[in-house]
Amino acid sequence: MPIYSALRSLWHVFKHTFRRPITVQYPEERPRIPPRWRGRIILSRDPAGGERCVACYLCSAACPVGCIALQAAEDEHGRRYPAFFRINFSRCIFCGYCEEACPTRAIQLTPDFEMCEYDRQNLVYEKEDLLISGPGKYPDYDFYRVAGVAVGVKDKGAGERELPPVDVRSLLP
Amino acid sequence: MTIAFYLASAVAIAATIMVITRRNVVHALLYLILSLLAVALMFFALGAPFIAALEVMVYAGAIMVLFVFVIMMLNLGPAGVAQERAWLPPRMFVGPAILAAILLADLLVLLAGNPASAGQPQVVAPKAVSLALYGPYLLAVELASLLLLAGLVGAYHLGRREPKKEND
Amino acid sequence: MTEPWRSLVVIVGVLAIALLVIMAQVWLERRIIARWQDRRGPNRVGPFGLLQLIADVIKLFTKEDWTPPFADRPVFVLAPAVVMTAGMMSFAVIPFAPTIGIVDLNIGLLFFLAMSSMGVYSVVLGGWASNSKYSLLGGMRAAAQMLSYEVFMGLSLAGVVALAGSFSLRDIVEAQRHGWFIVPQALGFVVFLIAGIAETHRLPFDLPEAESELVAGYHTEYSSMKFGMFFVGEYVGIALVSAMITTLFLGGWLGPWLPPLAWFGIKTFFFMCFFYLMRGSLPRPRYDQLMAYGWKLMLPLAMLNLLVTGAFLAAR
Repeated sequence: MPIYSALRSLWHVFKHTFRRPITVQYPEERPRIPPRWRGRIILSRDPAGGERCVACYLCSAACPVGCIALQAAEDEHGRRYPAFFRINFSRCIFCGYCEEACPTRAIQLTPDFEMCEYDRQNLVYEKEDLLISGPGKYPDYDFYRVAGVAVGVKDKGAGERELPPVDVRSLLP
Repeated sequence: MTIAFYLASAVAIAATIMVITRRNVVHALLYLILSLLAVALMFFALGAPFIAALEVMVYAGAIMVLFVFVIMMLNLGPAGVAQERAWLPPRMFVGPAILAAILLADLLVLLAGNPASAGQPQVVAPKAVSLALYGPYLLAVELASLLLLAGLVGAYHLGRREPKKEND
Repeated sequence: MTEPWRSLVVIVGVLAIALLVIMAQVWLERRIIARWQDRRGPNRVGPFGLLQLIADVIKLFTKEDWTPPFADRPVFVLAPAVVMTAGMMSFAVIPFAPTIGIVDLNIGLLFFLAMSSMGVYSVVLGGWASNSKYSLLGGMRAAAQMLSYEVFMGLSLAGVVALAGSFSLRDIVEAQRHGWFIVPQALGFVVFLIAGIAETHRLPFDLPEAESELVAGYHTEYSSMKFGMFFVGEYVGIALVSAMITTLFLGGWLGPWLPPLAWFGIKTFFFMCFFYLMRGSLPRPRYDQLMAYGWKLMLPLAMLNLLVTGAFLAAR
């Protein structure tokens, strides 16, 4: 009979009487959440206030559980935007692949995890629930400043006060 | 104490009748335990608390648990109840009942002819019991322990694992 | 106050306080084990989570009281009642203080042993009456385990009885006025403690339940208050064994400065905490190991203890 080991484990457990609990008392005491935490998904705007999302479907394609649904549309200048954008958070696994796939940094994950609902249907977020008024994690980034935008009569970089688009295949600065 | 005694006796008799009429073995055993508890209470009422406690501990507590244990192992189920029913039709009780009635009559005659020297029940302390056991009844105690030892050896022999034979 | 009224008050008072202590144990155990595991335990319902037990009782009461159709109904209902009754009955003989205590039987110790042997039935019959595999396995384990450990539970106490010269718990406490029996009866104390754990089928000797092996063992099929009674019965067992250890080996109510009842409470509390500590730190032995410890280690130890005590008394 392993008497010694039994007594030793009794003693080791007893010593914990004088330790502080490591539990975080959640609602009163908030844990510190790092900024790159993968929580609730949002759609951000560029610094000028326009929607960043160009409805390219890459996030929807990258999503492993298929919880993102959207419909592309074009405004009068030929600029694409999502007519609706829907994320079913009861399916979402917060993997962050959509954020990685997004070419315009429109879709972002935020350090917010308090998304409980009594009704499962309420976990389906529409575009107006997702779209925030700010630029999110990338305050200065504006996709069209880099990529240029073609609007009907003018090609990319052909407008006033506009630079030609960056040739991404060139190594020259 | 007299009321308690007669109440306990009534319970004991009723429980014992239930024991022999139950078809389900476990139910019968439960009634037997109840009967033993009632007997213990009778001992207590008669001023023998030591024997009462031993009755509960040894008979109701230990031996009956073994019975229950064995019956649980056998796992009789409804088939067992049916078998009991087949084996114990009411006419089986006639013979034992007549014999028991003769004994009862015998006892009643003896009691009537010899008014008991019942007297007031006297409480027997555990110490008195042990003094009696290891004084005048020492031989009986030793004999009983010898019997138990024989039982122990027998159980060991039955439960012994046979050494493997060479040419098997 | 006349005599019958006084005893009625004492009986009701002891029952009520015992029940309260038993219920409070559920909270205490959860808090203390949480402490040992660097957690906090229940602290939401009421101050320090004290009302948790009320919430639990309400929950148990309002759950569906289901009797399986395949169960042996009368026995199934009887089994949980037996454990409660046997446990609470034993409190009758425990002397809490010189003047507090329901009855002073001259066979008090035997009464306790008798009641604890009655408690075996509830587990065994509960397991059998449920008529399901895991319950039956739990019941069988319980029968063998509790029967074996009962044997040397009694034997380990023989030394105490020999030293005190009485079965009455009050006399046993009085006999410890000049030194607690834990010193001369250290071996008996250890054997009784281990047998007490096995008898209440608490961890680490919870083989009749053994969640990881037998679902919930003998009470797999029980729900609602029937389960609640098994649950409470277990805590009755803890309180009872702690109180018995206090009475038999630690001088019961004896102690300086504080009132007798306080001493009794402190000692009993200490042993309850020890029970929780065992639960929090020791793994469950295998079944054959348990039986081997019992018959090959505990029984000889208890015998040796009795022999040495007897020789000492004879020599004196």
